[in-house]
Amino acid sequence: MIELTYARAADPDDAVRRAADGTGRYLGGGTNLVDLMRETVEAPSALVDVTGLSREIAPTADGGLMIGAAARNTAVAEHEAVRSGYPMLARAILAGASAQIRNMATVGGNLLQRTRCTYFYDTDGSRCNKRTPGDGCDAIEGFNRMHAILGASTACVATHPSDMCVALAALDAVVHLRSVSGERTVDLCDLHRLPEDRPDIETVLAPGELITAVELPAPNPAERSTYRKVRDRSSYAFALVSVAAALELDGDAIVGARLALGGIAPKPWRARRAEDALRGERATEATFLTAADAELADARPLPGNAFKVQLARRTLAAVLQQLTEGERS
Amino acid sequence: MPMIINGREEPVPGDARVSLLDFLREHLELYGSKKGCNQGACGACTVLVDGERVLSCLALAVQYEGREVTTIEGLSAGGSLHPLQQAFIDHDGFQCGYCTPGQICSAVGMVDELRRGVPSYVTDDLTGTDVGFGHDEVRERMSGNLCRCGAYNGIVDAITDVYAEQGA
Repeated sequence: MIELTYARAADPDDAVRRAADGTGRYLGGGTNLVDLMRETVEAPSALVDVTGLSREIAPTADGGLMIGAAARNTAVAEHEAVRSGYPMLARAILAGASAQIRNMATVGGNLLQRTRCTYFYDTDGSRCNKRTPGDGCDAIEGFNRMHAILGASTACVATHPSDMCVALAALDAVVHLRSVSGERTVDLCDLHRLPEDRPDIETVLAPGELITAVELPAPNPAERSTYRKVRDRSSYAFALVSVAAALELDGDAIVGARLALGGIAPKPWRARRAEDALRGERATEATFLTAADAELADARPLPGNAFKVQLARRTLAAVLQQLTEGERS
Repeated sequence: MPMIINGREEPVPGDARVSLLDFLREHLELYGSKKGCNQGACGACTVLVDGERVLSCLALAVQYEGREVTTIEGLSAGGSLHPLQQAFIDHDGFQCGYCTPGQICSAVGMVDELRRGVPSYVTDDLTGTDVGFGHDEVRERMSGNLCRCGAYNGIVDAITDVYAEQGA
């Protein structure tokens, strides 16, 4: 790590003023940034600690929930309103990392965590366009079991590692932002960008822009929802494939579905093609598989991750079947 | 404002790059917390901050000003072992012992989470306040602490023994 300055932000205005010149980084729980600094992937000259900013979890006027960006992952997952109204979100958070890391990690930091692609971390031995634009990508012809099958580019095939974000994508969450020039909101589904030829630019945030809160719209009581994660070991591992799903049925007819996939794309992947294919159809396994096929039609698997196409297809169908049968919300 | 480590006030390091783990081991000579991977993958550095388990290797010490940190050295009182320390001995909850301080600090934090009703990924009913205590719950909740000797059965038995005795 290079020498750096450290300051604790007193309030959001103080935070954005301190970070306005773009050379600093906001520090949450540190579970990703400290590691990246140690590996010299990140080398900020200033840290602005934003863990003292709002961590409040409070109902909104329209029946939704506002979650302060400094709320710890555990605090969100154990909150009564999240467990009862947004079980998919509680389960997604609990599927991620370990209890120790969830006690440290903030919501804002979770949104901005960077890929776990091992070539991205390997500063000494590997080429990486995300770390050094124009360098090349050693993952494309390397070990790419963990990499993307949707949304990748010839410059980068890394996946977004968050579980929480996959649920937030399915839940139509809105991200509240602040900068020295004011406030704005961005849909979670639009926060992260696809790599194209600039994989180093991962979000639509302007330099120095701060995430202050994540807002959830009111839950739909007619929906059943859950989150399922498939991984190489049963706990404390990043996803090969994960599915966040909410399903509304009228008898055996599908009124609507909200679906997102993790572990298969450079961003939390809202599966709108699958949603469109489900709407108005009968809730059968054949329907679910057809919807999954619609979503995965554009999949471009690599030699090491071709299995993910079938795995995503079957996991999506299995989760929808589970929700249809009314098992565990 | 100082940090309170095992009940003693300690000034926070001036260099913001110092991790809580390095502060404990290199500055304060508290060698109980172990540097296994130094990247948040093994749990050997687990300590308690205000009663919550965290990874001291991923924590910058400067962030913990004014907070109460408890390491394995601070768990026992007056020379007697903490019940979990005794239970780990009784149930062969270790072979080499390297992961043990992290396992025990983690288990102390886990019991508190269970008492609060924090659910886990394997909890069936997310809305219940009593999440239950069973083998699968313990394994899931302790998954952040790796044991390369594979003493997991003894670890689960030790935790179960103490937890069952103390109750939720």
